Amino acid sequence: MSDRLTVLKTYKLYVGGKFPRSESGRVYEVTDSKQNWLANAPLSSRKDARDAVVAARKAFGGWSGATAYNRGQVLYRVAEMLEGRRDQYVREVAGAEGLSKSKAGDQVDAAIDRWVWYAGWTDKIAQVVGGGNPVAGPFFNLSSPEPTGVVAVLAPQKSSFLGLVSVVAPVIATGNTAVVIASEKSPLPALSLGEVLATSDLPGGVVNILSGRTAEIATPLASHQDVNAIDLAGADEELAKELEIAAADNLKRVLRPQSVDNWSAAPGTDRMTAFLETKTVWHPTGSLGASGSAY
Amino acid sequence: MAPVFDYAPAPESRSVVDLAPSYGLFIDGEFTEAADGKVFKTVSPSTEEVLSEVAEAGEADVDRAVKAARKAFEKWSALPGSERAKYLFRIARIIQERSRELAVLETLDNGKPIKETRDADLPLVAAHFFYYAGWADKLDHAGYGADPRPLGVAGQVIPWNFPLLMLAWKIAPALATGNTVVLKPAETTPLSALFFADICRQAGLPKGVVNILTGDGRAGAALIAHPDVHKVAFTGSTAVGKQIARTVAGTRKKVTLELGGKGANIVFDDAPIDQAVEGIVNGIFFNQGQVCCAGSRLLVQESIHDELLNSLKRRLTTLRLGDPLDKNTDIGAINSAEQLARITALADQGEAEGAERWSPACELPENGYWFAPTLFTNVTQAHTVARDEIFGPVLSVLTFRTPDEAVAKANNTPYGLSAGIWTEKGSRILAVANKLRAGVIWSNTFNKFDPTSPFGGYKESGYGREGGRHGLEAYLDV
Amino acid sequence: MPSTAPNALSDVTASDSTLRRFLHGLPGVDAVGLEARAASLGTRSIKTTAKAYAIDLAISMVDLTTLEGADTPGKVRALGAKAVRPDPTDRTAPSTAAVCVYPDMVATAKEAVAGSDVKVASVATAFPAGRAPIAVKLADVREAVAAGADEIDMVIDRGAFLAGNYRKVYDEITAVKEACGTSARLKVIFETGELSTYDNIRRASWLGMLAGADFIKTSTGKVAVNATPANTLLMLEAVRDFRDRTGVQVGVKPAGGIRTTKDAVKFLVLVNETVGEDWLDSHWFRFGASSLLNDLLMQRQKLATGRYSGPDYVTVD
Repeated sequence: MSDRLTVLKTYKLYVGGKFPRSESGRVYEVTDSKQNWLANAPLSSRKDARDAVVAARKAFGGWSGATAYNRGQVLYRVAEMLEGRRDQYVREVAGAEGLSKSKAGDQVDAAIDRWVWYAGWTDKIAQVVGGGNPVAGPFFNLSSPEPTGVVAVLAPQKSSFLGLVSVVAPVIATGNTAVVIASEKSPLPALSLGEVLATSDLPGGVVNILSGRTAEIATPLASHQDVNAIDLAGADEELAKELEIAAADNLKRVLRPQSVDNWSAAPGTDRMTAFLETKTVWHPTGSLGASGSAY
Repeated sequence: MAPVFDYAPAPESRSVVDLAPSYGLFIDGEFTEAADGKVFKTVSPSTEEVLSEVAEAGEADVDRAVKAARKAFEKWSALPGSERAKYLFRIARIIQERSRELAVLETLDNGKPIKETRDADLPLVAAHFFYYAGWADKLDHAGYGADPRPLGVAGQVIPWNFPLLMLAWKIAPALATGNTVVLKPAETTPLSALFFADICRQAGLPKGVVNILTGDGRAGAALIAHPDVHKVAFTGSTAVGKQIARTVAGTRKKVTLELGGKGANIVFDDAPIDQAVEGIVNGIFFNQGQVCCAGSRLLVQESIHDELLNSLKRRLTTLRLGDPLDKNTDIGAINSAEQLARITALADQGEAEGAERWSPACELPENGYWFAPTLFTNVTQAHTVARDEIFGPVLSVLTFRTPDEAVAKANNTPYGLSAGIWTEKGSRILAVANKLRAGVIWSNTFNKFDPTSPFGGYKESGYGREGGRHGLEAYLDV
Repeated sequence: MPSTAPNALSDVTASDSTLRRFLHGLPGVDAVGLEARAASLGTRSIKTTAKAYAIDLAISMVDLTTLEGADTPGKVRALGAKAVRPDPTDRTAPSTAAVCVYPDMVATAKEAVAGSDVKVASVATAFPAGRAPIAVKLADVREAVAAGADEIDMVIDRGAFLAGNYRKVYDEITAVKEACGTSARLKVIFETGELSTYDNIRRASWLGMLAGADFIKTSTGKVAVNATPANTLLMLEAVRDFRDRTGVQVGVKPAGGIRTTKDAVKFLVLVNETVGEDWLDSHWFRFGASSLLNDLLMQRQKLATGRYSGPDYVTVD
């Protein structure tokens, strides 16, 4: 119909709320399932990983200190913004995963609803996994979950968008910040997600998205002493073991890869609790004895 | 003499609210007249201006609304929780978008200051829907077993002190859990509930899921007695609460009651005094004291009585009473002539019984229903003003010598809704809190509300909890 | 060292231990409640005539400040001229209360404001760190006073305060007060951002007042957190309570971080509703600021003309 030449998008990383190219200056070719060229994606280096950790650490104080209500509002805003750009993601997911428009649409719809699901969890998870403890003594005793810190996330390799959202949203819902490695073969939906996150009131640095060779980026992250946890969803068995060994150096919390056939299934709370610490506070209540109360 | 720094009037614009001359009942997604065509007027308590005319529901209308809700229940309760969640999120967002309009409307109809509707009521209303929206698809995780089921049609009757907030406390958990609703707002504050009906329309909520019946106590009684109502939720006076408890006796209706209170605000000698003064003021003058959990009894340790009372009186002289729409107004109008008469009678009785009455110099507007902030000192447990809920800007000051005495006096009431504790010593807070027989204890703060936090009373302050995970139970068949 | 504390409290300063007991016996401050109160007063809506009054009052309370290593006589003269006549296009705009400079610029500043009511304030005592021997600090003060300073803004020894050596802090203030003589009023800067807790700020306020401060001042403007509504509210409560106890009125000066008319009006509301009109005067309340003045002038022009003004219509400092 129209013979207008389209304007192509330069895909960039999303780090610290900004959209840099890889410091290495490298890119790699991203193709669809029929090997047609889609775009060039940044081929991130270990230094990009390092920069992303710095950004994530810097964002941690503010994000973990925000009220749970506020985090819920932001996550819901992500869903709102995605809904408005649904067509773009359907196109990208269809291209990335070789799906029909309709099947890709289902994936995107489920991804949007997943943000809504986790938006509702921000102010409820503490009520489900925390609580008062009836210790045998005159003490108030309360256990509360707290985010563990900076989490490295290896996004699933196959489910380029729904899988990605399913592993990123639970990490940040509870107040962690994330360094995400996009699906190696299909990074474009992930890189585009950065554009939505940047316009959803999510503070810069809470989510940082890198594309490139998963093993190359994951290795420095797994051994990084300022990373607190790692989700190995996108690692194969061999890489996962290697990374878990590296992660032991500072006792990172490790979520091992699980075989997930269908990311549409209702998630439980496991992906949140995997990256939560429990803090228990004791405080004397004064004597509870019948005689001679001491307040 | 005019003060040096005299704040010029700063009225919030009324133009954000488009009031119709009359409103119908909201049944099955439509606005409709009452079956017998009856109407009543709603006035602005600060000016006595008639704001609008609303339909007065009778028994036939109650029946029609319950039938609509019953019909809607089948589909609504069968929806996946994630879909119900999205409706509630929509409602929460539309409330946020329209919050200034709703704040002005609430101030007009209720008489409370715009500062409160803008900064307290409306943010809490939106937050409540947001919070329960999130529960709709997480009920399996709420601690009530797998796939807990809703009850059916909830008949809900709410008071005039926080019209929209009480609506949110009732409707949000009911819908999240899959119930449908027939709600009756208070006779003197029907408007915000009718505007909420319009929000349901904007959100695309299925017809019949929410029904709003304006009317008086008779409509409320008919709703509660209706055989097809499986859940009754009431916020209001203890006397009516007891009547409801009698009405539902022998039925399978699940009931929650949020009733009166006579909250003790206990100030120890090591309290952060300046903040305690603020807390006392907030505790009894927030919403003109028309708050069931108000800190209407100040229990102050005798050793700091004079010092604290001086500070408190000085602070009260800075309260600004007047036009509720003025952004600088701290104290608005009393909600109705009837309530004003009750407050006046109880305050007069306090004086007659020998308590010492004090109010700051304060000019009351000529029209409307007004009552100056009032303190009673030399009050003992025997005084009526120390025992009866006044539900107005009247604080009774009592003293105590020891923590045990403070606890004994605080608990010496048939009510048990709220209490406050002011001390810098953490263990004293927790020990005193342990011994207080009240559903909500605030320490070094007062009148704080949050959708995640359960609220409700002991003893004659009612039963059941609203808010938080606990608030789900009232609407689930568990 | 003779006690300068008012009679009602003279026993308090008798020794290090009595001083400590007194300061630690002051009521605690609940941070959440304090900040909530300050924020709530910040929502007051000051419009039309009230705003016009507040803007002129705020201008008259500004200590127009330059405290840079790069200060020159030229810069100080320009500042003085601006303090005397802030808006050259409108003679009805009031003068500021003072200019505030380093001690070596006092003489220049005096000349620049000569013939006006504008005072010259000088920071002294090894501002802003205060880390110098007491003799050096006192010499600093004497030089400034000798050069004609009407007001001295001293910094307390925060190290001594945080170490619990209250008597040392007290003694330094009384010594500086003595060096001020009868001609210069003394402002005592706590550097609230370094004292860190509200309990400390309340204690420092009482310590400063017991030692004879004419003004208590939040900060130097040289650290991350300077004047805030909450710390200023707390200091206003302290001067209120001090006057109740002793009959002595002390001024308050928030400094640093107050840049807009909106900010300044919020502080005036704090004054109005905490200590009342006795303090609504440049003799008792000041703003330590530089860029604030131009915003006040632009807002003043807006009220006069109905148009929003722009930075090209006020003078650069």
